Amino acid sequence: MTPRTRRGAARFGLMALPVVFFAVFFAYPVAAIVARGLQVDGVWRLGRVVDVLAQPDIRHVLWFTTWQALASTALTLLVALPGAYVFARMDFPGKQALRAVVTVPFVLPTVVVGTAFLALVGRGGLLDGLWGVRLDTTVWAILLAHVFFNYAVVVRTVGGLWAQLDPRQEEAARVLGASRLAAWRKVTLPALGPAVAAAALMVFLFTFTSFGVVQILGGPTFSTLEVEIYRQTSEIFDLSTAAVLTIVQFGAVGAILVVHAWTVRRREGALRLVDASLTAGRPRGAGQWALLGSVLATVAVLLVLPLAVLVQRSLDAPGFAYYQALTHADGGTFLVAPIDAIGNSLRYAAVATLIAVLIGGLAAAALARRGAGRLVRGFDALLMLPLGVSAVTVGFGFLIALDKPPLNLRGSWILVPLAQALVGAPFVVRTMLPVLRAVDERLREAAAVLGAPPWRVWREVDLPIVRRALLVAAGFAYAVSLGEFGATVFIARPDNPTLPVAVARLLGRAGDLNYGQAMALSTILMVVCAVALLVLERLRTDRTGEF
Amino acid sequence: MLGLEGATVRFGGRAALDGVDLDVAEHEVACVLGPSGSGKSTLLRTVAGLQGLDAGRVFLDGRDLTGVPAHRRGVGLMFQDHQLFPQRDVGANVAFGLRMRGAARAEQDARVRELLDLVGLPGAARRAVAALSGGEQQRVALARALAPRPRLLMLDEPLGQLDRSLRERLVVELRDLFGRLGTTVLAVTHDQGEAFALADRVVVMRDGRIAQSGTPLEVWQRPADEFVARFLGFDNVVEATVAGRTADTPWGKVPVPEGSPQGPGTLLVRPAGVRLVDASEGLRCTVAARTFRGTHVAVHLMPEQSPRLEAACPLRAAPEPGDEVGVVFDAAEVVVLGDASRA
Repeated sequence: MTPRTRRGAARFGLMALPVVFFAVFFAYPVAAIVARGLQVDGVWRLGRVVDVLAQPDIRHVLWFTTWQALASTALTLLVALPGAYVFARMDFPGKQALRAVVTVPFVLPTVVVGTAFLALVGRGGLLDGLWGVRLDTTVWAILLAHVFFNYAVVVRTVGGLWAQLDPRQEEAARVLGASRLAAWRKVTLPALGPAVAAAALMVFLFTFTSFGVVQILGGPTFSTLEVEIYRQTSEIFDLSTAAVLTIVQFGAVGAILVVHAWTVRRREGALRLVDASLTAGRPRGAGQWALLGSVLATVAVLLVLPLAVLVQRSLDAPGFAYYQALTHADGGTFLVAPIDAIGNSLRYAAVATLIAVLIGGLAAAALARRGAGRLVRGFDALLMLPLGVSAVTVGFGFLIALDKPPLNLRGSWILVPLAQALVGAPFVVRTMLPVLRAVDERLREAAAVLGAPPWRVWREVDLPIVRRALLVAAGFAYAVSLGEFGATVFIARPDNPTLPVAVARLLGRAGDLNYGQAMALSTILMVVCAVALLVLERLRTDRTGEF
Repeated sequence: MLGLEGATVRFGGRAALDGVDLDVAEHEVACVLGPSGSGKSTLLRTVAGLQGLDAGRVFLDGRDLTGVPAHRRGVGLMFQDHQLFPQRDVGANVAFGLRMRGAARAEQDARVRELLDLVGLPGAARRAVAALSGGEQQRVALARALAPRPRLLMLDEPLGQLDRSLRERLVVELRDLFGRLGTTVLAVTHDQGEAFALADRVVVMRDGRIAQSGTPLEVWQRPADEFVARFLGFDNVVEATVAGRTADTPWGKVPVPEGSPQGPGTLLVRPAGVRLVDASEGLRCTVAARTFRGTHVAVHLMPEQSPRLEAACPLRAAPEPGDEVGVVFDAAEVVVLGDASRA
């Protein structure tokens, strides 16, 4: 074998498992639901697509979905990029804790965030009470909630790379006569480009497919495709319209991903990466202190305040009554005590993270190999599709496709981690790929010449360098799994609910006690996530620089 | 020991290696010299197995290496900018190759100690590679490449990024080290000083082909063609027609050594062969510039109508810029070269 064909074989080997995984647990269920929707008595009726799209209210949904996603993405980048810089390049007390704090919103169930914002800016909310300001009838509530959600995406994705960019590159530009701003624009910005694009893509996809937030804050006025699909599926039981909308969403997301893969490929190159601990320093000068101050203020108002309102509401009864109530199985909504959901969630998320890291890691390793062809790049875009397709569709698809031979998993606990891993794996790929691609090929060659076979090269050279990214990716996958709602709600068994599912069930019932219990359970979920993330952060810093 | 037969590598339409034949004997230190882009790094990469051949073969100890992946070739390669593993300390870097061969821990430790002593960094095993100076990194890279006792050690611009005094010291150390270890070495460099100081044999490359191969003395004294001469830093090269012991050149009649090829050719006058005499004698020139070279002064001369000349003068006898001088040529320092276009 020549080195070239050997390389191709190795890539194929790496890609085999992810391809099979996505084929069985993604393509197959989605195909099943589309067939269910578009086939009537075994006959395809594709004309439905045109009919559905001709409806003015559907067109309105499409238009709103797009522009609110664009606006949310722009707003998130605007607010979060300074944060990414501060977290990447500044040392300040409590930074680790704060990093975990900004990640917490991302893992909260969307319904909880919606409710928290309603409590903040809605009727009878905090702002209404203080100044008589209400935003729940405007799109601003949705946009702010989206920023709240996705702040961490930008800080983690962009900041993670930013922290490892060699500052001397910028210094070289300064010496060559570039102003501070010009140096940033000409050197750092292009280097960050792929990461910013990746983050923007994620934010756009999340907001494009936003469900819980829009459901609660959008009222009857604002509706995204996802909400519409859910409405058609579960309220109107119009499966064929839901299927058509799924196809439309699928197509739109696919197109965006192809464009993204193209832009990223053009701009990704080998970067000089250094240890993150070498690049950060204490803030210097009034400008940096002001930046730090404004970032901290933003975090406080936009991220901490809604969570504080959430906690306050969970305690809004004497003697921790809402928490007490969680330990009782009332036999109505739950077969078990709501508190059991915590254990379920942690277990499911751990398994889902393992699967996501394995699948995503293999895929990233395959994609990072040099000389990737068109087919491989297509696979890159394909991997992102589970993010873009509606979670509701995935869950519903699991339910109808994996409950009969050849693959009968009905009632199996593994369905939940599988669905969560499907959503988590693209994060792993997105986080690891830029770092893997930035590993100097000659380091790998040095290891090979010293006698390391290919898998050993990966373990000895790539792994120590990307371990940091791998941990970040695992953290992301874990967080996403913990907070996953849209798919899990379909497949979690009644006696084994996850935290978000339990919260949603509680919110769906009337009464202060149920509402309070939902708030209490959300608070617990928030604390669980914060603790998990803090452990991860510790792990990261303690073991940097050794293997 | 190492043999290349018609080794050819093409990148796109361009041949980085174009039918290269090369043999390196056991214990020989061969140095490939050439400007950047001449294919010398590609040569190393093909021997290491990092670059596949489009045609030709590579042999090591008589064994055809076609299809043998890099990690099974058992050669050592020291990379241009060292490529030390940033996540590992010095000891772990040096021990890497031994670890890949499954050597016992105790053996690794002993070998690491031995090699760090050898390269002059005793006790550095626990240091972080990021904290090393350029020279120290170079030594660690060398120790790492030597640790698994490779049959062939290859060096890619081994001293490229180091400062001059360090480079000169390390060249002597390397030469001494290779002599003691009896290692077979194939090095590439663009620095002729490095090549001449290090090598038993110098191989000059141009555009993926070998332009000349010989001992440092042979190459220095008799460059094969104009390209080699100019690459070695000789600028007194002109077209000439040789008849008997005289050549007709733009500088006038120049005496050539006995047995020089006759007819049209290219002629090199080494700076030492350009003698300065009184302005009334020989070729009349104006002194354009002087460059202090330590042991001598390089004097750049501007004849009235012919190409510039460089002369090497003793420190005290060097004329000032603007002076008028005469030039005569010393046949012992004149070489009639092969034709570059035919080489």
